[in-house]
Amino acid sequence: MAKILKRERLVPNIHLIEVEAPEIVRKCRPGQFVIVMPDDKGERIPLTIADWDIQKGSITSIFLVVGTSTHKLANLHAGDEVPVFVGPLGKPSEIEKFGTVLCAGGCFGIAAIYPIARALKEKGNKVITLLDVKANYLLYWEDKLRAVSDHFSISSRDNYYDCKEYIPYSLKNILKKEKNIDRVVSIGCTYLMYTCAEATRLHEIKTMVSLNPIMVDGTGMCGACRVTVGGKTKFACVDGPDFDGHLVDWDELFMRRKSYFDDEIQSMCYWERKNFP
Amino acid sequence: MAENKKEMPPELKERLRAGFNLDWRKELRKSLPVKERMKIKRQKMPERSPEVRNQDFFEVNKGLEARAAVEEAKRCLDCANPQCVMGCPVGIDIPTFVKMVEIGDFEKSIRKIKETNALPAICGRVCPQETQCEVVCNLKKATGTPVAIGNLERFVADYERDKGEMFIPSLPSSTGKKVAIIGSGPAGLTVAGDLALKGHQCTIYEALHVPGGVLWYGIPEFRLPKNILEAEVDYLGKLGVELKTNFVVGLTATLDDLREEGYDAFFVGTGAGLPNFMRIPGENLIGVYSANEYLTRVNLMRAFAFPEYDTPVYLGKKAVVLGGGNVAMDSVRTAKRLGAVESTIVYRRSRVEMPARIEEVHHAEEEGIVFHFLTTPIRFIGDDKGCVKAMECIQMELGEPDASGRRRPIPIEGSEFIMETDLVVVAIGNSPNPLIPQTTPQLKVGKWGNIEVNWDTMETSMKGVYAGGDIIRGGATVILAMGDARIAANEIDKYLQNHKK
Repeated sequence: MAKILKRERLVPNIHLIEVEAPEIVRKCRPGQFVIVMPDDKGERIPLTIADWDIQKGSITSIFLVVGTSTHKLANLHAGDEVPVFVGPLGKPSEIEKFGTVLCAGGCFGIAAIYPIARALKEKGNKVITLLDVKANYLLYWEDKLRAVSDHFSISSRDNYYDCKEYIPYSLKNILKKEKNIDRVVSIGCTYLMYTCAEATRLHEIKTMVSLNPIMVDGTGMCGACRVTVGGKTKFACVDGPDFDGHLVDWDELFMRRKSYFDDEIQSMCYWERKNFP
Repeated sequence: MAENKKEMPPELKERLRAGFNLDWRKELRKSLPVKERMKIKRQKMPERSPEVRNQDFFEVNKGLEARAAVEEAKRCLDCANPQCVMGCPVGIDIPTFVKMVEIGDFEKSIRKIKETNALPAICGRVCPQETQCEVVCNLKKATGTPVAIGNLERFVADYERDKGEMFIPSLPSSTGKKVAIIGSGPAGLTVAGDLALKGHQCTIYEALHVPGGVLWYGIPEFRLPKNILEAEVDYLGKLGVELKTNFVVGLTATLDDLREEGYDAFFVGTGAGLPNFMRIPGENLIGVYSANEYLTRVNLMRAFAFPEYDTPVYLGKKAVVLGGGNVAMDSVRTAKRLGAVESTIVYRRSRVEMPARIEEVHHAEEEGIVFHFLTTPIRFIGDDKGCVKAMECIQMELGEPDASGRRRPIPIEGSEFIMETDLVVVAIGNSPNPLIPQTTPQLKVGKWGNIEVNWDTMETSMKGVYAGGDIIRGGATVILAMGDARIAANEIDKYLQNHKK
């Protein structure tokens, strides 16, 4: 059992969870994830590690409330325990001195991209951060990300920030201005990563994405998370989660993520009926 | 990778001889002549009826009644030269425990087994006795039907558990030596049990949230009820074995990290946790599972009780399982229980080449499983939502024997046909899990990613690090894993006696 130190809503539908996990803290690196099971009957779901505190021995993750598991997580409080909080899983992101790196994140990916941006900055890269939110009240961790970025901009659908377009268009505009971007890292929902990868394809800028297929064990044992990358089947849990966005078979990933669409609705309804009659 | 046939070790011979010469054994042999013993029919294992059991997940075999067990034990001729013991990878003193059943002393009988096997209720259920102890039984040579050793082992193990008191042997004083065991599958549990009995402090590390490895996530409830597994793991806890779940050695900590924590020796039993696929088009369609995923969803995550449990699983109406091993049988019978109208095995060779246990094939047939032999898929066909709806198959014929000694299947040109299906489970084997080899570069690995060991000692290329089970063999059986573990445990014990910190 792992103890929850903090659980708070950052913005509507996006929550932070901080869990006591001293063993994971010792090992974790940017880009890795944990598998969480909210209760004994829950699913095992992967969450990217968004931050960690060596002194406290704690891991922080951010999640979007979508289905039963994330609803259950969002209903936990400090002091509660979860039966599974295991990691750090997956291969860490490549952190090297690339030159100029653009980090494009949205939704829960704003948090997931944070440790990567921080590590890239520490390595001496020029970090350009571009975040996407639907509206200004959905933005979180702005200060944290500003602190590790040389340039920082936000794309949002309201008139609050610099650009109104969806992130790939803002990304394209930046690519036009900044000629020497060496690498793009994109994390967020599948559609966001797909469109960002498409935006950089013609520019031939290597674009790394952190894939989020359905997983079960997270250690390579089951093969639920298989994705096709460069024509080969890969397991996102042990070969990834980071892959070259230009080589990913996105259609297949979109399709496989919907594998249990009907079941997920049924499960949600069942849970809601039981808990909020 | 197969082991060679070995001579009976002198110590084992002596142990068996001592038992053979005990007075009560002599009396017992005299009490019923061999001729009479040979006349007794093998006691049938009571089974739940196929039409009922293929609708639920309760155990198929009900276990022998006490009277039947005694009757079965009478069939054992108590030979002077018991071949069965040599057939057992963990060297259980079979004649002694069987004869104790015959005199009705079930408690002593289970204690006898537990001297060499910490997991009798599991082995009594899932070992392929027909190719191990029972195949070499002298009664089989004489009458054609061997003593039902497995059923008797199960009987005494169940007898003890049902009574509610598990006998805990007296433990020697602690040696102060610490052993880390990676993986809580059959190999890991066996090593832990053996070394705990020798006074070493054992800690088992398990990546999943429950201990048991393949015994939990792989073998279905109807073949190995989980309460039985839990009881056997509990027993290890009573022997002082420590268990750390949710800990992925290689990632949460490496072997080297653990060594720094003060462990004196290691056993790696991380199993064949990397499913093989067919590598044909359409394999990533929705509704195509690896057997590992399918069984894990059902057994570990309890998808059969969805939505009470959150993890879903596809419920095919026309389920197809590819493969002919025990895992394929488990998968196809699981699909049937989850409501498949038609649940089919598609196997590329013929019936005789199937590696599954005869009992499992027999049970599957009784439950209405359909078998398609000499057939293999060449591609999967999906609908507009990306769900599998059919597969194109090709028929095969058998050619010359290959490296495994089985005749090689060869596709027959022009024999392609379409088979409808909405659930495919690929059960064509597993490769060793890569996490430990990847994160332990000093460890020598073979060409299939298996950890290389000295087969006499199970020691790896790293001093004090031993390995066994599917991580060194690829996909094999529970009892072979336990056999490796037995050898490794003895060697670890020897190593620790000479090892100074």
